[in-house]
Amino acid sequence: MGAAEPRAEQLAEQIRAAAGARTPLVIRAGGTKDFYGNACAGERLDPRVLTGIVEYEPTELVVTVRAGTPLAELEAELARHGQMLAFEPPHYGEGATIGGAVAAGLAGPRRASFGATWGGVRDFILGARLLDGRGQLLRFGGTVMKNVAGYDVARLLAGSLGTLGLIVDLSIKVLPRPAAEQTLRLEMDLASALVRMNEWGGQPLPISATLSFGGRVFVRLSGARAAVAAARQQLGGESLDDEGAAALWRGIRDHRHQFFTTDDPLTTPLWRLSLPSTAALPQLPDSQLVEWGGALRWLRLDAPARELRALTAGHGGHATLFRGGSGAARAAGAFTPLAAPLAAIHRRLKAEFDPAGIFNCGRLYPEPKAT
Amino acid sequence: MNAPTAPQDLVSAAPSAAAAADTRLLAERIPLDGTGAVDPARQRQVVAALRPVLPEHALLYREEDTRPYECDGLTLYRQVPMVVALPETEAQVVQVLKVCHALNVPVVPRGAGTGLSGSALPHQAGVLLSLAKFNRILDIDPLARTARVQPGVRNLAISEAAAPYGLYYAPDPSSQIACTIGGNVAENSGGVHCLKYGLTVHNVLGIRGVTVDGEVVRIGSAALDAPGYDLLALIIGSEGMLAVVTEVVVKLVPKPRCAQVIMASFDDVQVAGEAVAAVIAAGIIPAGMEMMDKPAAAAVEPFVQAGYDLQAEAILLVESDGTPEEVAEEIAAMEAVLRGAGATRLAVSQSEAERLRFWAGRKAAFPAVGRISPDYYCMDGTIPRQRLGKVLKSIQQMEARYGLRCANVFHAGDGNLHPLIMFDANDPDSVARAERFGFEILELCVEVGGTVTGEHGVGVEKIHQMCRQFDRATLEAFFAVKRAFDPPGLLNPGKVVPTLHRCAEYGKVHVHGGALRFPEIPRF
Repeated sequence: MGAAEPRAEQLAEQIRAAAGARTPLVIRAGGTKDFYGNACAGERLDPRVLTGIVEYEPTELVVTVRAGTPLAELEAELARHGQMLAFEPPHYGEGATIGGAVAAGLAGPRRASFGATWGGVRDFILGARLLDGRGQLLRFGGTVMKNVAGYDVARLLAGSLGTLGLIVDLSIKVLPRPAAEQTLRLEMDLASALVRMNEWGGQPLPISATLSFGGRVFVRLSGARAAVAAARQQLGGESLDDEGAAALWRGIRDHRHQFFTTDDPLTTPLWRLSLPSTAALPQLPDSQLVEWGGALRWLRLDAPARELRALTAGHGGHATLFRGGSGAARAAGAFTPLAAPLAAIHRRLKAEFDPAGIFNCGRLYPEPKAT
Repeated sequence: MNAPTAPQDLVSAAPSAAAAADTRLLAERIPLDGTGAVDPARQRQVVAALRPVLPEHALLYREEDTRPYECDGLTLYRQVPMVVALPETEAQVVQVLKVCHALNVPVVPRGAGTGLSGSALPHQAGVLLSLAKFNRILDIDPLARTARVQPGVRNLAISEAAAPYGLYYAPDPSSQIACTIGGNVAENSGGVHCLKYGLTVHNVLGIRGVTVDGEVVRIGSAALDAPGYDLLALIIGSEGMLAVVTEVVVKLVPKPRCAQVIMASFDDVQVAGEAVAAVIAAGIIPAGMEMMDKPAAAAVEPFVQAGYDLQAEAILLVESDGTPEEVAEEIAAMEAVLRGAGATRLAVSQSEAERLRFWAGRKAAFPAVGRISPDYYCMDGTIPRQRLGKVLKSIQQMEARYGLRCANVFHAGDGNLHPLIMFDANDPDSVARAERFGFEILELCVEVGGTVTGEHGVGVEKIHQMCRQFDRATLEAFFAVKRAFDPPGLLNPGKVVPTLHRCAEYGKVHVHGGALRFPEIPRF
């Protein structure tokens, strides 16, 4: 298993010692997503001692990579072979790692594209090795596309925010980069944009990202050259040059776009609303940034969590306090609370994987502190 | 993770000669949990408790009524259930589960019963919970591209209902005219288009279900990235062991405007496997990529007259779908790649009728093999594609060793292999050899870095091979997941995850073609 194994064993030792002493641990690599989730404190467990690609066979469409590998390094290696992480993970800064990206479970603009590239982080996870709260190495899934042997715990790790254990390595499905890519800009208000984006979604168009902001809609087309050209013809609008398009989508992905940078997050927190793509919420201000064909809506808003969550729940969605907010706003928790029977399953899962309660305590939901 | 094998410390190779003469099935030598005679007193007690919560016609317990439920698509294993419950509403499901929970009665959920791994094998002291009456499509939202359906709705019926809107449900297991979406959720079913369009797990947005203690839960939703742990990822493929599903929200996708398929011949299976890799290396994800070996082509050609090249060692079917422009571009690119990779003959479908004819043989592979052999046993392992040549060569050697023929069809794009072992069910020795042949193929899949099941599930069939694929700590973690959802362990007990005791028993009777290749688990 290579040079990383003694280092994984060292981390396992650290975990076993912490479990014995009931010392809370905080799993943290580059720290680029420190803002995400609820605050948690403890002794640092740094997965960046586990780096490097373990196995990469481009024609199998699978890469196995250690969790502490910088995301940028992994993406560069995939790009050298004309491939990519199809969930287009946000970096939110230098030093982001693949383990952190998967533990956060956040996907970028390509999340809601059509066909092969559709999907969030977990949709591309094929396997994972995990150090659980006893310091045991567990191995879930594998390196093949289709695998229904045992429960799909590898996918469960996406978005678990390090609360179930330390990810050692991951096997991830990768995809070819599209042969052609083109971004279009159309003038359109938000209400019309929500309808149009959903209509496009029902047609076999090679759309790989949509964005509605400030009276404009941006559509990224990705695929075979002929398909992109035909779709461009059909949709109309202005074409962006390649550089401008790349900067736009990178800015959206990493929240460097002006929408995310102008206000002070402390006074005007950033909310992430996940909704059925067609949901119309006229109660919300027009100053939203909408992605994923309407399924993802970003808001800069200092509103009580309870009201925002009741409103989104009424439409079958949920609201996350993504970044910022003062003490009072954060007190309601970063994530929409779970119904009681689900919360019970959560608590039992956590207790099974982390019986001493040492991993990233409370980052996802409040839990009893390790004592 | 680079060592692709999960060799086992629980199982040691036994000398093959001792057990070779034993013609009993493995399940008889190491009895499965929940098999045996029904206890009439317990049956009376459970029927009496269920009577108040179900209509009379929804509760079956006389043997002539329960016998039809004794097996699913895997007919090698049979067990008459103690009771069959056919609830019609979610409220009845809740009540049935509450009664069973209170009386500590195992519950085995069942859809259409088309599963191939015995996931729906009844329990001798349990209630078989059929969701067959949950057969309504509740809602189709064409603009949002979602359908809300009950679990007993057939897979194909969803696509038929969505067709007027130019939409369809993408996963298309070969049993799609009969299998239900609830069963698809339980098994994480695939199909021939899943390299491009994904498995059930990629196409289900949410479910409503009932927990073992009768609580209704919603897991996932039409809104993406539901808060908390991704429990939907656990539920899908859990073979009815975590919750009973009562409603499913699926994603619908636009129907491609057109599709074309290339039929390519190869004079060597390894070369055909490399051609598949070459297509991927060219940056193309075909809508479907299927391979048949010579025996499979020979079996189907007289059956369907698809025009297959019977001289070829392997036939590859590669499909492109999308807009006409996209398809033309992809087909041209793939033709060039396949020629370059050594295809000896190449034909591109020139009409929809021809496309369907090319596919007809692949789709008819199972019944066609059923015509040339009294019985066949369909295996379901996944391997890294580059190991295809090695695996098919080993299967050929096994054919000689077990004295049974085997035809191979292969979802080449995603490495999912379906060997069809031909045997005679009236001959116990032939049955036992078929079983051992199949198990040896599965263990070979694990050895080359694959898995014992790509899409048919573990059920009872492959429970012993799980001992080979996973180590002790990981199997224990699966039990931990089970406990988190189902603390008393009443939902479909004894399936999927082998106990350590079972693995030890398996080690004792285990017959393997050769010595165990990897005696140690490399830990760290």
